[in-house]
Amino acid sequence: MELFSAYILPVIITFFIGAGFVKGVRPFDLFTDGVAQGLKTLLGIVPSIFALVIAVEMFRVSGALDSLSNLLNPVFSLLGIPKEIFPMAVLRPISGSGSLALLNDTLSRYGAESKIGLISSVICASSETTFYTIAVYYGACGIKNIRYTVIPAIAADISAAIFACIVINFTN
Amino acid sequence: MINYIWGFLVLVSIIFGAINGRIGEVSKAVYTGGTTAVELCVSLTAVMGVWGGFIKIAEAGGMTNVIGKILSPIVRLLFRNLNKNDEAVGAISMSMAANLLGLGNAATPLGIEAMKKINKVNPLKSTASYDMITFVVINTASIQLVPTTIGAIRAKFGAENPLDINSAVIITSLLSLAVGLILNEFCHRFFKRKTGGE
Repeated sequence: MELFSAYILPVIITFFIGAGFVKGVRPFDLFTDGVAQGLKTLLGIVPSIFALVIAVEMFRVSGALDSLSNLLNPVFSLLGIPKEIFPMAVLRPISGSGSLALLNDTLSRYGAESKIGLISSVICASSETTFYTIAVYYGACGIKNIRYTVIPAIAADISAAIFACIVINFTN
Repeated sequence: MINYIWGFLVLVSIIFGAINGRIGEVSKAVYTGGTTAVELCVSLTAVMGVWGGFIKIAEAGGMTNVIGKILSPIVRLLFRNLNKNDEAVGAISMSMAANLLGLGNAATPLGIEAMKKINKVNPLKSTASYDMITFVVINTASIQLVPTTIGAIRAKFGAENPLDINSAVIITSLLSLAVGLILNEFCHRFFKRKTGGE
């Protein structure tokens, strides 16, 4: 498995450059052009990243997550989500590194094969950092009016948490 | 909208920081957040540069088109307004293929590339289109064949088969993707009617 994943990138690059030579393109020139363009794009998203990371960092240390999970506990138990899962369900769409740290924490406390551990792992693997995606991808294209984007995106996140509970309860 | 979410997140943090007696930490986080942002930007510099380079080679050599053709039945099904735009189909396919293969580092550069190509056929350049929202939803649902990062963490804490959550992950991803896509469709119709067209 490890060997397989180690091969993915080299094989892809081989195909890219191989196909390039077949077509008679100049890979070095193209690569450097692309790097320049990628860095220009990066400059465009740096402001969004600053705004995003600072807000998430403030949120993370404020203890709001624990307060909110106590506050919203009734709603989540209604949806069939155990209260131990709640912090993960909230943090996952907001912070990628934060949710991985929380997963480490959860697995060391409850064990990798526990129900709580399994559900947390599935939530982590089956959703992405929505907030980052919206801020950074849209930011790179200069989208100012995001319309209703957050509705389906957050709904997908919440349902990932619910389905993770259902699937794990069903199979274990 | 993003302005409200961001402002709300900051204010909620300050209020709860005060209530929880953690206002000192919140105050510090303003600057440590800046430092973390710089670190993230540095690692993104590498990723954006490297993938920016390979994207160009793949485009010129025709590999983007090949991957686009393989995935185009799915892409065309999900993105309705891209029918004749092969450039965007190729870019979306590249990003999907990278996610499927677990190339997490490529997600941001390829995702942005795809989003830019979708925006090219967007009549209102600074307003998110239906297809752009679809792309966000697909990214949010994070379809991957092998959840390597999570598998590694599970292995660290003594899971016998770290990847045996694989089928649960795929089922959960697909179901939440379905919920997101259905809601996109619903919101699209609802808000179009309300605002009188796109």
